[in-house]
Amino acid sequence: MASIFDRRLLVVTGKGGVGKSTVAAAIGLAAARAGKRTVICEVAEQERVTEIFGRPPAGARETVLAPRLHAFSVDPEHAKEEWLRHQLRTGALAGLLHHSRAFQYITAAAPGLTEVLTIGKVWELAQLERRTPGQAPYDLAILDAPATGGGLALLRAPRSYAAIARMGPVGRHAGKIDAFISDPSSTAVVAVALPEEMPVNETIDLEARLRDDLGVELTRVFVNGVLPKRFSEKEMAAIDALDGAGSPAAREALRAAVAARSRAREQRSQLARLRRVADAPVATLPFLLTPELGREDLERLSRGLEGKL
Amino acid sequence: MSVASLVEGKQVVICAGSGGVGKTTTSAAIAAGMAERGKKAAVLTIDPARRLADSLGLRELGNEARRVDPARLRAAGLGEGELWALTLDAKRTFDDIVEAHAPDRQAREAILSNPIYRELSNAVAGSQEYMAMEKLHELHQEGRYDLLVLDTPPTRNALDFLEAPARLSRFIDSRSLQFFRAGSRAGLGLVGRGTGVLFAVMKRATGVDLLDDLAGFFNSLGGMSEGFGERAKRVNALLRDSRTTFLLVTSPRAASIEEASYFSDKLADSGLPLGGVIVNRVRGQLAAKPTPALESELARLLDEKLARKIVRNLDDHLRLADRDARNVSELRQRLGGSRPTIEVPELAGDVHDLNGLAGMNRYLFAA
Repeated sequence: MASIFDRRLLVVTGKGGVGKSTVAAAIGLAAARAGKRTVICEVAEQERVTEIFGRPPAGARETVLAPRLHAFSVDPEHAKEEWLRHQLRTGALAGLLHHSRAFQYITAAAPGLTEVLTIGKVWELAQLERRTPGQAPYDLAILDAPATGGGLALLRAPRSYAAIARMGPVGRHAGKIDAFISDPSSTAVVAVALPEEMPVNETIDLEARLRDDLGVELTRVFVNGVLPKRFSEKEMAAIDALDGAGSPAAREALRAAVAARSRAREQRSQLARLRRVADAPVATLPFLLTPELGREDLERLSRGLEGKL
Repeated sequence: MSVASLVEGKQVVICAGSGGVGKTTTSAAIAAGMAERGKKAAVLTIDPARRLADSLGLRELGNEARRVDPARLRAAGLGEGELWALTLDAKRTFDDIVEAHAPDRQAREAILSNPIYRELSNAVAGSQEYMAMEKLHELHQEGRYDLLVLDTPPTRNALDFLEAPARLSRFIDSRSLQFFRAGSRAGLGLVGRGTGVLFAVMKRATGVDLLDDLAGFFNSLGGMSEGFGERAKRVNALLRDSRTTFLLVTSPRAASIEEASYFSDKLADSGLPLGGVIVNRVRGQLAAKPTPALESELARLLDEKLARKIVRNLDDHLRLADRDARNVSELRQRLGGSRPTIEVPELAGDVHDLNGLAGMNRYLFAA
């Protein structure tokens, strides 16, 4: 299995609430430890990754999180201005456009333009030849993408856009981004899931839609929050055989054990279904008991990922 | 606290929250619970789990509401009320609006075949949110239901959804229309030089086809743009109506709590009414404590090794229950303490059928 660190861009997506940002951060840490100069890009208003690292929001600045690990938060407005300046070569014309109400209309009107500019900035961060003056290239850019639907829309935007703006610079730029995203030697898409019914369904669906809509194969699935199998079948049988014996506290503790067993069992059956149906290799991350995810947990998760990347 | 009192006197309930917190099941459970209590209730879902959709009988239907078979409701112990359900089809809803409002057949065809329209209506970010609101408005106008429960699309940015009507109307606004009409005349030298220069620069930045398609799109929208603006205004009014309430759905995990309180701030900023909070999958507190006494009792009943494991499992459960309780109380505090909060404990297995909804409703509709 080729290492996913051999690509230039890693797109991390999955159903809402499955821990995409956590997994993106853990992968980022592992990449940085492996010697890759890495940047994690967020595209939502609220930054999660910097928060996990206990840092203030990065905003649209390349900010250091750890040795060789950086964060960047893409702001579509900022990306638009940057792109215009690059496109029109002169700051004056770019300023004229950027501040024109009519241009605000057109950018609001052109469907998917915001997405193209957003993914375009991520693409820029993943290039060996950076357009941003004075910025060193990264070995790896990791996109902490929106949840499945939004993530797919973001990846599809350049292709849709290239189809709408058949000629002209935006169309060309979009075509270039699309080619980069669809090239498996440049870009890998990984999914994060939980071992539960809905996230597993959505992962299976994502794999199919990536293939159908973009001709892209899902590279890996990371299943987060996997509970340990604590009790053996023999032990569970012994617990079942007690059949209501013991003090109220003992009975409560036994009920908690039975509940934990059934949750772990349901998880394992969902995980098995995912492995059966998905073509992408599936790796697991353990459920963490700590009250708040902190830097140490992230280290643990990322060390656990080594060898699975 | 019961959901029944939170939605009393309301006609529209909007369930909002981040992804993965059980919004869809909660919406369906609320509609089912209100149907059981004699309301003719409809749930508008966005992307239900297949088994839930099957259970509601939603599998085979498109954009129209269907009644859930009363026999199924009865079998699940959900009474025999009128529960209706539909799944949003954003593209279809958009097409329906065009069909209904285009001045003539030619205009309709021009819009439906325009590349910009096709991309726009095809799940470009934001259009799903807008269409959910549209459909809600349409159903409310029809007036066929006592209560509409809307499950909202999973967005990370709460604002996307709240601002969708305003954004779309801004963009199909008559001013952008005028601009593009002016722009297409600019080529013929019919407008002032300022607009002409701007249009030329824009062409350089965006490409010619795009501008032409956009101009074509806005031109063909012609007679409809006012209709869109009017609709967006009405949707906005419906959101602010005293008969509408928002329920925030969240999980007790720190990240969801964070989002929930962010969302509630946004609701307040937008002047939208937050009726209450539903916290799903809360791990319950237990009376048992992981003491040596408990461990030796369990060791007598079973064996030492297993007793140790059971006590450790109890300890883990209690730690997670404490964490959940802390997070929920923090959310309560952040919301100002007076918001009704309903907790649904973690139930065995995923909730994916009518029996599961009935299980949730024991907590959502507790006395």
